[in-house]
Amino acid sequence: MKELIKLFLAFARIGGLTFGGGYAMLPMLQREAVEKQGWVTEEELMDYYAVGQCIPGVIAVNTATFIGNKAKGFAGAVAASLGVIFPSLVIIIAIAAFIQSFSELEIVQNAFAGIRVGVCVLIFSAVAKLFKKAVVDKFTLGLFAVVLALSVFTKISPILFVILAALAGIIVQVFIQKGGSAK
Amino acid sequence: MIYLQLFWEFFKTGLFTVGGGLASLPFLYEISDKTGWYSHAQLADMIAISESTPGPIGINMATYVGFTSAGIFGSIIASIGFIIPPLIIATIVSRFLKKFSENKFVKGAFYGLRAVSVALVCSALVSVIKISLINVPLFSETKNFFDLISIPGIVLAAACWFLLKKKNPHPVVILGMSAAAGILMGLLNFI
Repeated sequence: MKELIKLFLAFARIGGLTFGGGYAMLPMLQREAVEKQGWVTEEELMDYYAVGQCIPGVIAVNTATFIGNKAKGFAGAVAASLGVIFPSLVIIIAIAAFIQSFSELEIVQNAFAGIRVGVCVLIFSAVAKLFKKAVVDKFTLGLFAVVLALSVFTKISPILFVILAALAGIIVQVFIQKGGSAK
Repeated sequence: MIYLQLFWEFFKTGLFTVGGGLASLPFLYEISDKTGWYSHAQLADMIAISESTPGPIGINMATYVGFTSAGIFGSIIASIGFIIPPLIIATIVSRFLKKFSENKFVKGAFYGLRAVSVALVCSALVSVIKISLINVPLFSETKNFFDLISIPGIVLAAACWFLLKKKNPHPVVILGMSAAAGILMGLLNFI
């Protein structure tokens, strides 16, 4: 039980002190899970982090689950995951309640009109970075263009795109390119 | 029963979100269209808050959407629903970690998934642009090109982009600057 509380608190610290999501979390993870507690080794952490990025779900929760599992089994995974979401719950509920009571004010509405423009720029910058890593050949470029057009102009569920993209990726890489590097 | 529906919607979102918090956006737009719990404009504001507070963006979004849809209990239900699929999947994968990441089927799947993940984030970008930089309803009424594009918005976006490229500041700096510009333009009757 003591170990579970330790896991919860360590991951609550990590969740509460990192801005910008999963990618910004690595230095804190190194300090808490490797150096301070010795739950995992540096190499294990890098493996978790790499695999955590390429399975479904939030990267932070994936990494917390891996480390929790290693330290204390499934109960440890639950404790670590709950820890990582706890600060978000508290902070966001406080802000959301605050904004709800002031959203009628003209100054708040103007501020958010400006903020939405800033959000566009931030998402654009994220897209530009992801694009370089994900769109590496003609096939991925085609997939990108088709899915973008369909999701902007139709109401098809993104779930369908995700399933078909995984299948298409397997077919192209395993059966057509025979596992060789993409051209 | 809104709590059950909220749980189910976020369970699905957690299961199919690949590649970080922003990749959950298309799912959140779909929930908005389907249920009317919150508007596209509210969602854009939630993105801003989620980017400028600590914690993973995906979790912040789930908490915020849950709160807007169904109060404090809603925010807890949405966040829990959102983390159950990764909790289960990561626990299974952790049993055979090395084999998993070197498996050719897994590699193939992610070759396709990464491209679609960017496309989906990009379509979320289009949705945010529609409520911040361009005004399609006004344009289809007047057919005047200058009614389509918000000039102050474009200038602000260019300024943010320039700052981001030159200084690489924390997102909260960009958003604070945009908020100040929004208030200022409101005072000058620009928007």
